[in-house]
Amino acid sequence: MIEAIVFLPLIGAILAALIALVGAHGRNPSGDSVDHHDDHGHAHAAAAHDEHGHGDAHGHDDHHVSEPPAAGSRAAELITTAFLIASAVLSWVTLVDVGFMHHDARIALFSWISSGDLQVGWSLRVDTLTAVMLVVVTTVSSLVHFYSIGYMDEDPNRPRFFGYLSLFTFAMLMLVTSDNLVQLFFGWEGVGLASYLLIGFWYQKPSANAAAIKAFVVNRVGDFGFSLGIFAVFMLIGSTDFDTIFNAAPGLAGTKVHFLAWDVNALTLICLLLFMGAMGKSAQFLLHTWLPDAMEGPTPVSALIHAATMVTAGVFMVARLSPLFELAPDAQAFVMFIGATTAIFAATVGLVQNDIKRIVAYSTCSQLGYMFVAMGAGAYTVGMFHLFTHAFFKALLFLGSGSVIYAMHHEQDIRNMGGLKDRIPYTYFVMVIGTLALTGFPLTAGYFSKDAIIESAYVSHNPFAYYGFLMTVVAAGLTSFYSWRLIFKTFHGRPHDQAHYKAAHESPIWMLIPIGILAAGSILAGFPFKELFTGHGVEEFFRESVKMHPHILEEMHHIPKAIAYLPTAMMILGFAVAWLFYIRRPDVPVQLAREHPMLYQFLLNKWYFDELYEVIFVRPAKWLGRFLWKKGDGFVIDGFGPDGVSAGVLDVTRNVVRLQTGYLYHYAFAMLMGVAGLITWFMFSGGR
Amino acid sequence: MMFEAAGYQLLPVLPEIVLAVGAMVLLLIGAWCGQRAAGLVTGLAICFLIGTGVIEYLLPHGRLMTFGGSFIVDEFARFLKILALLGSAATLVLSREFLEDQSRRMFEFAILVMLSTVGMMVLISAADLIMLYLGLELMSLALYVVAASNRDNVKSTEAGLKYFVLGALASGMLLYGASLIYGFTGTVSFAGIAAAAKTGSIGVVFGLVFLLAGLCFKVSVVPFHMWTPDVYEGAPTPVTAFFASAPKIAAMAVFTRVVLTAFSGVVAEWQQIVVFVAIASMALGSFGAIGQRNIKRLMAYSSIGHMGFALVGLAAGTVEGAQGVVLYLVIYTVMTFGAFTVILAMSRNGQALEQISDFAGLSRTNPLLAFFFAMLLFSLAGIPPLAGFFAKFYVFSAAIKAGLFALSVIGVITSVVGAFYYLNVIKMMYFDEQAEATDAVHIELRSVVAATALFNMLFFVYPGPLVSAATAAAKSLF
Repeated sequence: MIEAIVFLPLIGAILAALIALVGAHGRNPSGDSVDHHDDHGHAHAAAAHDEHGHGDAHGHDDHHVSEPPAAGSRAAELITTAFLIASAVLSWVTLVDVGFMHHDARIALFSWISSGDLQVGWSLRVDTLTAVMLVVVTTVSSLVHFYSIGYMDEDPNRPRFFGYLSLFTFAMLMLVTSDNLVQLFFGWEGVGLASYLLIGFWYQKPSANAAAIKAFVVNRVGDFGFSLGIFAVFMLIGSTDFDTIFNAAPGLAGTKVHFLAWDVNALTLICLLLFMGAMGKSAQFLLHTWLPDAMEGPTPVSALIHAATMVTAGVFMVARLSPLFELAPDAQAFVMFIGATTAIFAATVGLVQNDIKRIVAYSTCSQLGYMFVAMGAGAYTVGMFHLFTHAFFKALLFLGSGSVIYAMHHEQDIRNMGGLKDRIPYTYFVMVIGTLALTGFPLTAGYFSKDAIIESAYVSHNPFAYYGFLMTVVAAGLTSFYSWRLIFKTFHGRPHDQAHYKAAHESPIWMLIPIGILAAGSILAGFPFKELFTGHGVEEFFRESVKMHPHILEEMHHIPKAIAYLPTAMMILGFAVAWLFYIRRPDVPVQLAREHPMLYQFLLNKWYFDELYEVIFVRPAKWLGRFLWKKGDGFVIDGFGPDGVSAGVLDVTRNVVRLQTGYLYHYAFAMLMGVAGLITWFMFSGGR
Repeated sequence: MMFEAAGYQLLPVLPEIVLAVGAMVLLLIGAWCGQRAAGLVTGLAICFLIGTGVIEYLLPHGRLMTFGGSFIVDEFARFLKILALLGSAATLVLSREFLEDQSRRMFEFAILVMLSTVGMMVLISAADLIMLYLGLELMSLALYVVAASNRDNVKSTEAGLKYFVLGALASGMLLYGASLIYGFTGTVSFAGIAAAAKTGSIGVVFGLVFLLAGLCFKVSVVPFHMWTPDVYEGAPTPVTAFFASAPKIAAMAVFTRVVLTAFSGVVAEWQQIVVFVAIASMALGSFGAIGQRNIKRLMAYSSIGHMGFALVGLAAGTVEGAQGVVLYLVIYTVMTFGAFTVILAMSRNGQALEQISDFAGLSRTNPLLAFFFAMLLFSLAGIPPLAGFFAKFYVFSAAIKAGLFALSVIGVITSVVGAFYYLNVIKMMYFDEQAEATDAVHIELRSVVAATALFNMLFFVYPGPLVSAATAAAKSLF
């Protein structure tokens, strides 16, 4: 069964790839040179607006591309989607089987690397932690597959798209079922690859390519740390298997490692290095810059990869390695600090963004920060709970945004929207549910998980506990504000773009069903699972799969009432301010922005991180690259290497050819000189 | 007994006798019938050459000696003689079309090739200095004439004359060296020299230098190579193909035999000479060829370089080295023959094409020929898995085993430089703008090209028989 869950998506990916290859060949044997005219993902709203100025005339069909769809598109869609749905159903069965029946599984598939002491195998490890991830991944993935059938219906490269989606799902499943760090790394890189491919899916757009490369490069930074961490584990423990590591870890307490001229605590070092990988993959503060840009990809991709699953891989990894992190309090402090900083940072940036997908992206970034706060507090199951609920409501918000974008003909700027609640009531309805869940409205899924995180931060013994608590509480208010701002600007008020407004219509049924299911999940994923993740059921449900900080759950239940209500109060405050700003007095935010231009610009430009990195890293790297290219390679290596040598060869050749005069006496002279030379040589050296 | 005359066993020289008598018979036929008989004589000559090869193969195995120990037939001689006979026969096959031309019709050509081949066989079997000189001159005298066989062509006669004058000079040196060696050792037989020259006295070394100078001229290595480009270019193409194959085999064979049997006591001395000429030849062959525009001149430099590579194996002075030389000769002969056949096949409106630029776009006008030529050139450049790679591999591995690292490294570097001009021709054929279509290629030429190219391409599949034969040949020298 486990094998089926993991490998069905792979089979689907392979079949879709075959269809894509055959289709691409049949359609355009000499390569794809068609100008792909689509307007997905405008970063600059003004330009987008101009392009849509002639909107009266064009109907919905205007956005289709002149290319015919690849042959077998429908087959590829149905195959991959059916396989994913099967996989999802099996995953839920597995969750029940493992979580309640306690049927943990270890399935050794085959040996992978066998080199001296390094033994790495392919195996599937299924415990409750994995089962939860399996459910999240396959459920969201199957819904996104389903949704994409509708969303991508104008795209000529659908088999390729579905192949990538299924490939991503396979890699993610490999990641969560891995039994050792190396296989985890395989899945880790596999999802990175799929993410790269999908962000750059519309490869005709330079901005999409740039975003894909950015995501890849930023993740390399994190992965560099991650791989160092794996090396350090192997160096100290001699194995990469989780069980061996966890058994050996307590013995390492107090061990020092010489690293970068310092003697550091071995476990702290390992955990920090591994967490560096998590920071990259989960877009945490300092390595977050790729996530907003990743919105260049198709919206279903944003929902699946950049909200629900891949970006939570870092959270999962920390939970998986909880026995290590529990032994490294310094590393936990760092985790909480980064998580809290990300939560507040991303929330502040989200306040002023205008691209509907970017708002949701910053929200994702912020929510991932929440999860890491829980991880830092040692409340791993609480973080996993938020991961679980967040997958539903964030996927819902993305897919709902996708529905809005679809309705608005690929318009993404919320300033050009407004009043849409009458045109697309169903989308409006589910978006509100998603927003309620995100902001933590009582009894929705987000309410339980987010409040639990804030509580865990409050009671934790982490040095940054109060920082984490304070930041998450403030961020809760900001979250509420920007989420409602999105809803109000998009669905309420008067339409800003009449043409689009009039043409707006509800999305096809393919898209409405998945968001309906997710809306249900956003409400239902909370309460039924509350006890299993944060209450008394944790020990029974998770058992050995995570190692919690002792007593933290117990302490969470005994916090002051005022603290428990604080997040809800913040949520209401955020809602109220948003209502005031965007419904009651729309002139206030404009006024505010005008009065505080510095602050506004600072937030609008995302704390100037991209500019900062441009100056610190990108320009020096480019300069170094240019230097090595022009001077190092061009001048030194080419000059003295290939070019110099070939020029030298030609010189030699010219002289050799000149020797060949054609005169007999020259030839005879050469022979005699040869003999004379040899004789002379022997007279002075050889003749004994 | 039938195979005895004046007290000497004649069985070991039976193949030479058959070939020599055959040549005389054909001469009579030719004299009787005039130039009409050219085709017939050539055909019969091919039969004689192949028949002689069969007799050679059927001779009793083991070491046979005659004429008082001055003539030897061992595995080494047998193997290389058969190779030389095949080379000569192939030359005649190639030259049939060339000789069909009215103005060039002459039966003497085949007879001269036969007589020259007799000389080669004597040379390969020589076991003393007298027999060596006899064979060398018999071979060379015929070659001088053959080089000038296109009598109405200035270049051809120039080639013959140059070759003759320089060859005479080389013969003189060789004789001078032989007399010095005789003077210092008191014997002309290789075995006697080996027994007498245990240390490199200055007299023996002087003699060695002059003797090897003469032999170096025949295998055309630097600095005794100067005749090669001019003669290759000037002589008719079938003759050039002949020059590049059979005489080289014979000269290289006797070179090997002389240094390994007669001068086994002064290895250090002759090794210095061989290493020097090998390096010089490889370098000059590689660098010189780059500047050429005429494909035959290019092949001349190529053959200089290849002889340098073969000498790398000889420099090792071991069984592996000798085996490497033998294998190198086999593979080199096949590659060169294939390449010259392609050159011979290139003509447009009856006009032979000899410029490298004439090959432009051949892959479009005659894709199969271009493919085979490309394979042959890749093989000449030593690209695996073609036969040329293995030829180089054997000689270089022998040199490495013998500790000649500098020589091996220099050899490999020059082979990299040398790869350029082969690749340049391939680039011309495949990527440059095509010229006009070339004439249709004769079936004989086509089959020779195909056979040689396939040998090169498939050698690696089943190299066993050839390698073991070469090993047996090499072992018989020690």
